[in-house]
Amino acid sequence: MKLFEYEAKDILAKYGIPTPQGGLATTASQVREIATRLKPPFAVKAQVLIAGRGKAGGILFVDTITEAEKATKKLLNMQIRGIPVKSVLIEEKIRIKKELYFGITTDRFNQSYVAIASAVGGMEIEEIAAETPERVIKILVNPEHGLHPFQTRQIAKKMGYAGSQISELGRILEGLYRAGMDYDAELIEMNPLAETVEGKFVAVDARIIIDDNALFRHQEYKKRLFEGEGELTPPELEAMKNDLAYVKLDGNIGVIGNGAGLVMATLDTIQYYDGKPANFLDVGGGAPSEKIATALRIVLSDPNVRALFINILGGITRCDDVARGIIEARTKIGGTKPMVIRLVGTNEEEGKQILRQAGIHILESMEEAAQRVVEIAGHGGGK
Amino acid sequence: MGILIDKNTCAIVQGITGTQGSFHTKLMLEYGTKIVAGVTPGKGGTQIHGVPVYDTVEEAQQKHSANASIIFVPAPFASDAVLEALENGIKTITVITEHIPIKDAITVMKYAKHVNATIVGPNTPGIITPAESKLGIMPAHIFKPGSIGMVSRSGTLTYEIAADLTRKNLGQSTCLGLGGDPITGLNFIDILKMFGKDPQTKAVILIGEIGGNLEELAAEYISTAKYSKPVVAFIAGRSAPPGKRMGHAGAIVMGKTGTAETKIEAFKNAGIEVAERPSEVAELLIKLIRT
Repeated sequence: MKLFEYEAKDILAKYGIPTPQGGLATTASQVREIATRLKPPFAVKAQVLIAGRGKAGGILFVDTITEAEKATKKLLNMQIRGIPVKSVLIEEKIRIKKELYFGITTDRFNQSYVAIASAVGGMEIEEIAAETPERVIKILVNPEHGLHPFQTRQIAKKMGYAGSQISELGRILEGLYRAGMDYDAELIEMNPLAETVEGKFVAVDARIIIDDNALFRHQEYKKRLFEGEGELTPPELEAMKNDLAYVKLDGNIGVIGNGAGLVMATLDTIQYYDGKPANFLDVGGGAPSEKIATALRIVLSDPNVRALFINILGGITRCDDVARGIIEARTKIGGTKPMVIRLVGTNEEEGKQILRQAGIHILESMEEAAQRVVEIAGHGGGK
Repeated sequence: MGILIDKNTCAIVQGITGTQGSFHTKLMLEYGTKIVAGVTPGKGGTQIHGVPVYDTVEEAQQKHSANASIIFVPAPFASDAVLEALENGIKTITVITEHIPIKDAITVMKYAKHVNATIVGPNTPGIITPAESKLGIMPAHIFKPGSIGMVSRSGTLTYEIAADLTRKNLGQSTCLGLGGDPITGLNFIDILKMFGKDPQTKAVILIGEIGGNLEELAAEYISTAKYSKPVVAFIAGRSAPPGKRMGHAGAIVMGKTGTAETKIEAFKNAGIEVAERPSEVAELLIKLIRT
C-alpha cells in the first residue's frame, strides 16, 4: 500500500527527521491559513499516489500567499494521469545546495533488507544506478541487529561528508531505518534528501510503501485504503476486499483463472495468439462458487470486455464449485458475454456436467481455448 | 532419490487441525508420505486421520524425531511456527502459508541460515518426489517418477506443465515451488546445485515469472558454472504492466527491474531455450534429451 507524501512525512517527523514546515489542505482558504504561518517562497504539491508527479505539473512553486491560493485551485481542478487531485501539501520551499538519495528496500537474493544511498538524488534510484553505478552505496541490514551507527557513518563518509554533518546525516538514516521497520515498509525513501545552503539536511520528498501482507498490523492505513482513499480503482478495491487479485489491462478479453502463474501464462498465451487481455484475475486456491461469481461480476464490469476466458486447473479448487459459480453469476447478471471455459482437475466430470446442462461448452487445452477466445473477441472489430 | 525429500522423510504437520492442514494431511498420507505427528497449540492429545496431535513441536519431537515439517499456520502466526520448528532441530521446512509479512520472512530466513536449515516457501505448493514423498498441496496424480527436475515460483502453472510432461511420458525426479513471495528460503541457484548433484535428475525445468532478478542470476550461474545438465525455462508475465502486482506478492515489475524480457534475454544469452507457451516446455525438452 502506497502512502501519500504527507503521511510519509508525518511518520518521518516522528522519528526526528527534519521535513519542511507546512501542512495539508483541501481548499484554497486552508492554504492561505497555513501559508500565513510559513515563510515564503512556497511549494504547493498535489497529493496523488503517482510517480513522476512533478513532471506532470503536480508541483508548483510560488512567492506569495495569493499565488499559493491560485496554485491550489489549479491543482485541485487537475487530474494527474486520470487521478483527480483531492488535497495539496503546502510547504516552505527549501533552498537546496545538493540533492541526495536514501532508501531502504528488500534484497531478494540475500533475503535481507538493504540500505541504498547516493550523493546523486532527485531522480529515480534505478536511473542513478544505471548512469552512475559507482555512486550508489548499498549495505545489507540484518533485522536482528538493525542499522548500526557505524554503518550510517560509513555511508555519510562515502557520500563525501565530514565533521558534524556525518553524525547529523547518520542520525537521519537511522531514523529512516527504524521508521521503515516499525511501519513494515517494503520501500521507504527520501528522494531527495536535501542538503540546504545552510548545511542542514531536510527530507524534501518521501515515499513509503507498506507491505500489503503486514497491513493487519497497521489498521489506520488499511481503513483508509478500504474506504477507497488510495491507489485502487473501485473494481480493484472490491477484488481486494473479496481476496481476489485483479489488475485491469487495456484489451477486450476478460480472464479468470486460479493461481498467479497460471493466470499470467494465460494472458501471455492470449497475447501469443494476437489477442488482448482486458484484465488479470486470480481467484486463488479453493475458491467457493460465490467467489467465482464475484470474480465474474468484477471482470464483466469492464465495458471493453467482449469475451471471457475462464481457465481453471483444479488442485484444491474444485471444478464443480467453479461451474456452480459461473451458473450463479450468469443467472444474476443476466445475458453475459461469450465465454470460453477450460476446466480440468479435481471434480472435473461433475463440473463439466453442470456446465453442459446449461449449454456451455468446455475445452480441455489451455492453448486451444486461448485461440478460440481470440477468434470470438476479434469478431466485430474488437481488436 | 530426488532432492530434499524422499521415502525416508519423516514429517510433522504444523497447523494440522485447520481445514487445509487436516485435508492435506489426509492426501499426503494417502500418497505414502510418512506423517508422524501434528502440532496445534491447545489441541494436544487429539488425533487427525490417526496422526497424534501435540501442543508444541518440542513434545512432538521428543516422541517422534521428525526430520521435516510442513506448515499450514495462518500468516500472522506462521513465522513463529517456523522458528519453533527450527529451534527444535527440524532441518527441512515447507511453508505453505501465503501472506506472511516480508519483515517476518526476513527474520526467519536469517535464523534458518544460522542453523543450516532449508526452508521451502513461503507461499509454495510444496515439494514432491513422485512415488516417494509429498510435502505439499499439489494434486498427486499429475506427477510420475522419472528424471526431470522441476523448480518454479508458481503453483498451478507448475501443475499445468507437470501434467503435460506426464502425458508425454516425461516423469519427474522432484518438483518444487520456491514460493510466490519476494523473500523465499531457496532460490533457483540453490535448486540447480541440488539437481546438479542428484543422479536421478537428467534435465531441469525452470519456471520463473516477473519480479526480482533470481532468474537472471540463475542464467548467469548456468553459464559461468558450465552447468552439466540441460535446462529449459519458461517465464510467465510477458504481458504484465509495470508497477502492478500480478497475484503473487513477488510478481511485480518495479520500474524497469524484473521484466519478462530481461529474464528471457538472460536465459537466451546463457544458451538456454525459453518456451513461449506452456506446452512448448515438454517439446523443447524432448528435443534436448534426444539430441
